[in-house]
Amino acid sequence: MGWFKKSKKNAVQSDAKPELWSVCPACKAHIYKEEWEANIKVCPECAFNDKLSYKERLQLLIDEGSFKELNKEIKPTDHLKFVDAKGPYSEKANAAITKTGMNESIITGTGNINNIPVVIAVMDFRFLGGSLGSGTGDKILRAAEYALKHKRPYIIVSASGGARMHEGIVSLMQMAKTCAGIAKLNKAKIPYISILTHPTTGGVSASFAMVGDINIAEPGTMIGFAGRRVIEETIKQKLPDDFQTAEYLLKHGFIDKIVKRNEMKNFLSNVLQYTTAK
Amino acid sequence: MALNFEQPLSDLTKRIDELTKLNEDPKVNFNSEIAALKKEAQTMRGNLYSKLSAWDTVQVARHPDRPLIRNYIKDMFSDFIELHGDRCFGDDHGIIGGFATLGGKRLMLIGHQKGNSLESNIASNFGMASPEGYRKALRLMKLAEKYNLPVVCLIDTPGAYPGMEAEARGQAEAIAKNLTEMATLEVPIIVVVTGEGGSGGALGIGVGDAVLMLANSVYSVISPEGCASILWRDGKKAPEAAEALKITADSLLELGIVDKIIPEPTGGAHYDHSATMKEVKKAILKQLEKFNKISTRKLIEKRFNKYAEIGKFRKG
Ligand SMILES: [Zn+2]
Repeated sequence: MGWFKKSKKNAVQSDAKPELWSVCPACKAHIYKEEWEANIKVCPECAFNDKLSYKERLQLLIDEGSFKELNKEIKPTDHLKFVDAKGPYSEKANAAITKTGMNESIITGTGNINNIPVVIAVMDFRFLGGSLGSGTGDKILRAAEYALKHKRPYIIVSASGGARMHEGIVSLMQMAKTCAGIAKLNKAKIPYISILTHPTTGGVSASFAMVGDINIAEPGTMIGFAGRRVIEETIKQKLPDDFQTAEYLLKHGFIDKIVKRNEMKNFLSNVLQYTTAK
Repeated sequence: MALNFEQPLSDLTKRIDELTKLNEDPKVNFNSEIAALKKEAQTMRGNLYSKLSAWDTVQVARHPDRPLIRNYIKDMFSDFIELHGDRCFGDDHGIIGGFATLGGKRLMLIGHQKGNSLESNIASNFGMASPEGYRKALRLMKLAEKYNLPVVCLIDTPGAYPGMEAEARGQAEAIAKNLTEMATLEVPIIVVVTGEGGSGGALGIGVGDAVLMLANSVYSVISPEGCASILWRDGKKAPEAAEALKITADSLLELGIVDKIIPEPTGGAHYDHSATMKEVKKAILKQLEKFNKISTRKLIEKRFNKYAEIGKFRKG
């Protein structure tokens, strides 16, 4: 019974050293940190796939020692000289750089997946909510052009709240820019695989993330264009519980497959056998 | 309908109307007074419209009397043949389109449809398109490609429709697909933002070789109200957000998002439809002429470079 489990856990929690425990963001279960990490941040209680940093994601998908980063120097640009209630965007961007050790919300580079050379881009939600800044869009496009030039499959792992408001219209245009890159790959018959991870919403879902030759999602991933609250306010009715989950999108035909985190790498290399068949 | 900043002008207009009515009595003569007031109104209109804030401009862009796609179809284009349906699920009314002729040039017209009354707005979902709208638009673009017709897209939407069904049928996918396909469409695409350019819902039919904006239209990644409620935690800060987001035609020209601004008559497009349409027509025809001369390969390459340049990282 769920109730027993919960009460037991709460009892453990009260006298536990917090540094030993991880809390599942979905079900709030307290899991031994060691177990949590060993399980690649998939909750053993509710199977929620928690967000991964770009390093964790690369470790999961790319053969050890094979990753080489591209365009690392690309950083956010404050096109609008944007200042909101909390201060200038430029300061916010710098704080994100310091916090994450990344220069933008995405890392791009080359590497191997079970010995198959690919170009890969990995978004990291820690960097301003994985938002689509101009630096993000530029890196996605440049990586696409690299894939085109070297005829390598392109893989993007999305994790994003959508456009970056602080870059205004320039952020919006990155949707068109990244899709233009994907269009080039399509014309040249270069494979493009999109992996949607929690969460992939707004402008990112409505651009490169949704136009993969193959769209793959992790279990429970939230995927959608408009926010749940906005929709509820607009239509004045409650939405189904599974609304905008990977499972919901699979059911409605927008995802090819939901793949468990620990099976993702092998699934990718299996798929790539077909896309690069001779 | 008078906008907030137009209130003094509206008061003045009312006085002119009253006086004109009194003047019908043959025993009085207010001709010179009326002429003076009319002149004053014209000066005031010029003054008010010469210093609109970003937030004022949003109000003008959303003005219910602003020319809508149905007005352009009726008074600016000719021989319109509307085409319906996405061939998958339905026929959206938030986006309409079909064959149209402009100054003797045949083309494919696609645009958001807002209404000017509650009834017509409900019928067209206030210009908020569903996936079927974006898919219909793409179908028409592909048809234009087949028949070698240029595409003209008129943008006027608060955004894509945020509804349960719209999500279930793939609002995100529909927009994403359009962005991808429009990047390599083999005919010229001329985009005109005529009113409200609302985020992804606008961009979904907004990728083009030339992007033009009417002087008092706006184009933004998020509505000022939405941005204010997120970043200011107060929807009432929309005027500040509108300023910060740089959503006016002047700002967007400076940012390199827009290629040309189409002038509006003093008092805004809603004040004089025919003068507005004359300018829009001139601007579109000029672009069509320019892009008709370019080879398909060059056209697509230029379009790609245009978007690749937007927000391209530069050191320092
Ligand atoms: Zn859990």
